[in-house]
Amino acid sequence: MSDITMRVWRGDQNGGAFENYVMPKVEGEVILDVIHRIQATTAPDLAVRWNCKAGKCGSCSAEINGKPRLLCMTRVDQLPEGEPVTVTPMRTFPVIRDLATDVSFNFEMARKVPAFNPIPKPEEGYRMQQIDVERGQEFRKCIECFMCQDVCHVIRDHEENKPKYAGPRFFIRYAELEMHPLDTNDRRELVREKMGLGMCNITKCCTEVCPEHIKITDNAIIPLKERVVDADFDPVAWLGRKILRRTKRTSEEAAVQPD
Amino acid sequence: MTEREHHEYDVIIIGAGGAGMRAAVEAKQRGLKVALITKSLLGKAHTVMAEGGAAAAMGNVYKEDNWKVHFRDTMRGGKMLNNWRMAQLHAQESPDRIYELEEWGALFDRTKDGKIQQRDFGGHLYARLAHVGDRTGLELIRTMQQRIVSLDVDVYMECKVIRLLTNDDGSVAGAVAYWRPTGEFVTFSAKAVVLATGGVGKSWKFTSNSWESTGDGHAMALWAGAELQEMECIQFHPTGMVWPLSVRGILVTEGVRGDGGVLRNSEGKRFMFDYVADMFRAETAESEDEADRWYDDHSAGRRPPELLPRDEVARSINSEVKAGRGSPHGGVYLDIASRRSAEFIRRRLPSMYHQFMELAGVDITREPMEIGPTCHYIMGGVRVDAETAASCVPGLYAAGEASAGMHGSNRLGGNSLSDLLVFGRRAGMAASDYAESKASVSINEAQVSDYIAEALAPLERENGENPYAIQHDLQELMQANVGIIRKEDELVEALEHLEVLKERVKNVSATGGVSYNPGWNLATDLPSMITVSICAAQGALNRRESRGGQTREDFPKADPELGKINFVQRQTQGAGYLNPISVSPEPLAEMPDELKVLFEEAK
Ligand SMILES: Cc1cc2nc3c(=O)[nH]c(=O)nc-3n(C[C@H](O)[C@H](O)[C@H](O)COP(=O)(O)OP(=O)(O)OC[C@H]3O[C@@H](n4cnc5c(N)ncnc54)[C@H](O)[C@@H]3O)c2cc1C
Ligand code: SF4
Ligand code: SF4
Ligand code: FES
Repeated sequence: MSDITMRVWRGDQNGGAFENYVMPKVEGEVILDVIHRIQATTAPDLAVRWNCKAGKCGSCSAEINGKPRLLCMTRVDQLPEGEPVTVTPMRTFPVIRDLATDVSFNFEMARKVPAFNPIPKPEEGYRMQQIDVERGQEFRKCIECFMCQDVCHVIRDHEENKPKYAGPRFFIRYAELEMHPLDTNDRRELVREKMGLGMCNITKCCTEVCPEHIKITDNAIIPLKERVVDADFDPVAWLGRKILRRTKRTSEEAAVQPD
Repeated sequence: MTEREHHEYDVIIIGAGGAGMRAAVEAKQRGLKVALITKSLLGKAHTVMAEGGAAAAMGNVYKEDNWKVHFRDTMRGGKMLNNWRMAQLHAQESPDRIYELEEWGALFDRTKDGKIQQRDFGGHLYARLAHVGDRTGLELIRTMQQRIVSLDVDVYMECKVIRLLTNDDGSVAGAVAYWRPTGEFVTFSAKAVVLATGGVGKSWKFTSNSWESTGDGHAMALWAGAELQEMECIQFHPTGMVWPLSVRGILVTEGVRGDGGVLRNSEGKRFMFDYVADMFRAETAESEDEADRWYDDHSAGRRPPELLPRDEVARSINSEVKAGRGSPHGGVYLDIASRRSAEFIRRRLPSMYHQFMELAGVDITREPMEIGPTCHYIMGGVRVDAETAASCVPGLYAAGEASAGMHGSNRLGGNSLSDLLVFGRRAGMAASDYAESKASVSINEAQVSDYIAEALAPLERENGENPYAIQHDLQELMQANVGIIRKEDELVEALEHLEVLKERVKNVSATGGVSYNPGWNLATDLPSMITVSICAAQGALNRRESRGGQTREDFPKADPELGKINFVQRQTQGAGYLNPISVSPEPLAEMPDELKVLFEEAK
């Protein structure tokens, strides 16, 4: 087989440059495999994050030819034949070294999410219907690759927006909690006032890059925006609606409910 | 020189997989000062990759299920080499640990009546695995991670612990680590330390494990004076991907078989019917018809042989391939396409669908998968007390894959995730008790500077060997000589080569700086990788029988006498990477009569 030319950005906060590596092609490989071969042969200190090598942990996010991609799920044979492959670190986060970026922004945003706070557990344990958990399950598929955060223009080249913008990864977290059948915390005001939901103008770029195919915009951000601007901001009514929604579903399934 | 970063804690937990996070939650809820240390980012530990589910006898699908049945399945799966008390505690406490996750926000798949759904898995008599599609580990890790954040535990991410620190009396005093992003060293003094560092699979060529599984916890415990056991018992999961070569070893969940997938050889035959061992004959289907009836109703037929414990299935696949009935790339076929609808497959096994489509270009709703055994899990680990997870080193605890006993010689699928929760919690409790009973501790600076110098040596050495070359040779060696089927001369040879590799590590050199340098990081992983490899080979040489994750071609049968023995490894001539490791047979604790009867009852 022919060769593949990898243009890999190497450097740190103080700057860097592209380095070219010409590697023989191997059938079936993904970009992460090629990077590992570069490490094992010519550049043992080439920094890259990875864990699972199967698209499950969200560690290996970087940009391939300018687009956020998981290095472990991008096959060499899906990229344009004969052209060099450019690999750069995610642009939205400060670089540590080479392809590894400092993603601590995301962990800080995670700390700001008010914790899950369930209704008291009934004697016989919680009961939930599949249809009710499925909405949250879609968002809980998130592998925290942070590529949606990387691509979102609100923070991509706007460092100044970061302190007041949770970003799509956390909008789905807020949506998940908002739709969680057991949760009682009302986070709507926080999302609107402090987490910058209003700054999202629904470009859907986040949805396009999500490797888990989570419909971030349609299923999380838009419904969240609707609930947040809801004229009726009375928390008691809100909680009532949440619980009502649950019991309504449950009674639909009454036929199979033993209790 | 800037001053070294130093922290003081009551309890430090090394490892942020399911076991470590569960331990941290427990200690933090007690109001202690707790640190959680991980060499990756939070949420990326191996646990995230678990697919099929967490086993717990909740009885939501089959109300006949209870802890006694689960206990019995676990012991039989482990070929009775388990620590019976651990298996009992695990079976009794798992349901509560799963329900607790729900209180922390987990969303498991549901039954029609709104309870947690449970799926079938190998070796479990009833559908027992609580799950979320085929991404249960992700649900577990995210739930625990969110719990950790809400309790405000101090988390040290991308911080690799290199050695444990000890007091003069042998008790544990803390640990030394370095930050991977900066290469700066950091020390922790701690009254108690919990090891939850996961597995050792990275020493094998074909493995489902990530770069993190270098056996650091196993090795650090040994070097600090703790004992290891069952290091020869390594689980080769029957279904790893085999093609393309670059993904060889990546796991295909047992859930595929639990949901109806079957194994076929190149002649299209469901060969597992030919490999049913006597021990399992009474409960295994005799015909395809009978097996197929079982999926819908477990009382209408007996279990399909594809769902025998993993060691049985892996060995059978190996035999088929050896007999020339394998697939083009040296595996066999796992077929669910011809047995379930495309819609069913995509709903129940979304990430498997995804994985094969994107990595192998195979649509599993239309074609069979090519699969073969892959190094997956180590049953062996730190020898611990069943109730407290305490090692023999005062103040040192171990839980999860880093500990031994729970799974005997072979782990049942799904039993790890629940093990992490049950014993993570117990380790957290016992470490907290111990820490509360201790006054402050201080660390020994001489130890610290020795360990730091050792870790930095590869960077200072010029023209030494590339760490990747040593890793490569180690993986080839372990795959070839300490793989799924072992024999005397190959094990002896492996131990000789391991001594050579041990010497080569002394001459390893890393280029580049200290900041985020994978080559250097690997150089600091090699001592533990080699230590656990030596332990595995030594154990395998001593256990002259076949049992669970130890298969000897020259001793193909289980030896009832050896079934009462643990091979315990320790360093008697001084602890440390370069010192020898001894192996001694020690009797297994005997099960009380009221539990013994569970194995006498028919079936
Ligand atoms: C693909 C796959 C699928 C699986 N599916 C299932 C399943 O369906 N059901 C089931 O029960 N089991 C399953 N298992 C097994 C199970 O996932 C693991 O055994 C379990 O997750 C191990 O958890 P742990 O907490 O012991 O360690 P891990 O989750 O492996 O975590 C280890 C932690 O230790 C840290 N660490 C290690 N060394 C150091 C060091 N030197 N310094 C600092 N930190 C360190 C790591 O960074 C990590 O945070 C599966 C395993 C794999 C690989
Ligand atoms: S839809 Fe909103 S969150 Fe998503 S990328 Fe666009 S602006 Fe960002
Ligand atoms: S929502 Fe999708 S893109 Fe964003 S972090 Fe999660 S998995 Fe990645
Ligand atoms: S390495 Fe886990 S997603 Fe790529």
